[in-house]
Amino acid sequence: MNELLVYILLGAVSVVAALGLLFSRNAIYAALFLVLNFGVAAVFYLLMNAPFLAVIQISVYAGAIMVLFVFVIMLLGAEQLPAADTGVRIKASRFVIIAGVAVLVASVMYALLTQSSGEAATYASDPAAIGVMLYTQYAFPFEAVSVLLLAAMVGAVVLTTRDAK
Amino acid sequence: MAIKDLLTVTAPAICAVGGTLLLLLDLAIPRGSKSTTAWAAFAVILLALASVPAQWGVSTSGFAGMVAADGYSLFVDGLLAVIAALTVLLTLRYNEARGIMRGEFYPLMLFALSGMMLMGHATNLIIVFIAVELLSIPLYVLCGFARPRVDSEESALKYFLLGAFASGFLVYGIALIYGAAGTVSLTELTAALSGPKPADSALLYAGVALVLVGLGFKVAAAPFHMWTPDVYEGAPTTVTAFMASATKAAGFAAILRIFLFGLAPLMETWQAPIAVLALLSMIVGNVVALAQTNLKRMLAYSSIAHAGYVLTGVAAGGDAGASAVLFYLASYALTSLAAFAVMIALNSGEADENHSLDTYAGLGRRKPLLAFVLAVSMLSLLGIPPTAGFFGKYFLISAAIGSGLTWLAIALVITSVISAGFYLRVIMTMYMRDGKNEAPIAGNWPRAFAALTATVATLGIGILASPIVELINTGIKSIVR
Repeated sequence: MNELLVYILLGAVSVVAALGLLFSRNAIYAALFLVLNFGVAAVFYLLMNAPFLAVIQISVYAGAIMVLFVFVIMLLGAEQLPAADTGVRIKASRFVIIAGVAVLVASVMYALLTQSSGEAATYASDPAAIGVMLYTQYAFPFEAVSVLLLAAMVGAVVLTTRDAK
Repeated sequence: MAIKDLLTVTAPAICAVGGTLLLLLDLAIPRGSKSTTAWAAFAVILLALASVPAQWGVSTSGFAGMVAADGYSLFVDGLLAVIAALTVLLTLRYNEARGIMRGEFYPLMLFALSGMMLMGHATNLIIVFIAVELLSIPLYVLCGFARPRVDSEESALKYFLLGAFASGFLVYGIALIYGAAGTVSLTELTAALSGPKPADSALLYAGVALVLVGLGFKVAAAPFHMWTPDVYEGAPTTVTAFMASATKAAGFAAILRIFLFGLAPLMETWQAPIAVLALLSMIVGNVVALAQTNLKRMLAYSSIAHAGYVLTGVAAGGDAGASAVLFYLASYALTSLAAFAVMIALNSGEADENHSLDTYAGLGRRKPLLAFVLAVSMLSLLGIPPTAGFFGKYFLISAAIGSGLTWLAIALVITSVISAGFYLRVIMTMYMRDGKNEAPIAGNWPRAFAALTATVATLGIGILASPIVELINTGIKSIVR
């Protein structure tokens, strides 16, 4: 029952964060909403007894990728869309983020507290087990994704390099 | 991972590895002689094509049931390799005339090709998703390859944004199916669904519907077709040719395997929605095409209509439906390649591309051979014997009637009659109107060879359909279920 309550709360936070990402006119706020959304996803992983994936989610998505996003936004100077925010809306979105983070922290605590109840760790919690799965049962998707990433990388280079005449 | 596993994905692997090697090789090829890269890509594609007859007859699955190699996937591999080889021939001089000198064009095409081939091999929804991405991402880039032309960039951005959206639908649908059935492997799904209905059947139906939306986008079926005209029009014409024929074939290869074989126990549930999609696509594509004055846009709407025809075969279901779908995909691909070859020939100069129907006036007198190729192609798209399109529609109609979808077969016939309005208009413009378009058409034997091959194949299949049908039927019999 408690778990359902936590799930509903988290779900609400993640939906609100996604909507905030869509509707905020300031690119930095949008990026922060996305961080919140990734954070909620990480807690979902925790609730499903997959702490390793949760940590990966935080460090890769909320950490590395979002830092890159924010850098790019700031370098381009594209923080603000035309038709500036009113002060009220900025304050409102601030409260949304604060409330969201509060729920997030509370549910992380909950997840950590309930998890130590001696439940058997599933395969997804153990990095070594994940590695084994990745190289045996999921070897082919793993390889195919590597080709996919190469293609995406080449594509990005093709679309951004200037032709030397 | 053993060699045995790798052999189940021979053709896609050849394309992916070939593409990677070609990226490196391309560094050593000086600018201005990028046709060397093209020929190397052509060789890789021929190698992949040669692996098909070498493997014909196998029926195994590999990589822990993730992929399968059977007659079905091998037929799709072969068809896609032929399309890609012809596209390379069409692209050779076109890119030079357009000032597209970057050699990455061909490796990206090979990556897209390997993703397309994988669609036919996938027996696991995770692989379907990865294959969709692997074919889409290089295509997004290829659409924008003619940058800084604005329409090419617009085409790439539009395709990318809507394509990413559609991928979201697909992956969400896969997640819901996993949530309901506990597996994403098609064989396990069949087994799980054959028994009593799972408790979460609403979840399952929602998942199946979302997967259908995601794949429906890729094959440009109405009402998920909004991107098609703009993307097809803005992309370089050779890329449009490749997208129209190969992406459609690949998308339907996955749809067939998922719906006709993986989700066969649910057929009562998905038959009606697919039939409705088919009807919508046929009506929207054919009716809107009537109003087009630009041949490239017209063919874009026509491709929506043809997606509708093929969906009729999917809705019919069973081995007959699958066989009709594969035959139609082959005939449609060859036919539309021929049409695009003529469009590329008419725009082989350095001037901006112009696909307005007026530029085709008088072509019958000025270039009889090109006009003949386009005329055969239009007749085949319309479904007049003795062309491949006639048999394609015949098999689709008989499959639909055979499974009790007579109303859909009638709709197919009526919309085909409507389509005569624009296909015949092209032929009339070429032969019965005097043209002012005197732009010279540079001779080009690879392009001529590709156009003639496609035309001869269209007529050849139209006269002697039975060898292809037998090939397809043996392929379907050996499918890994």
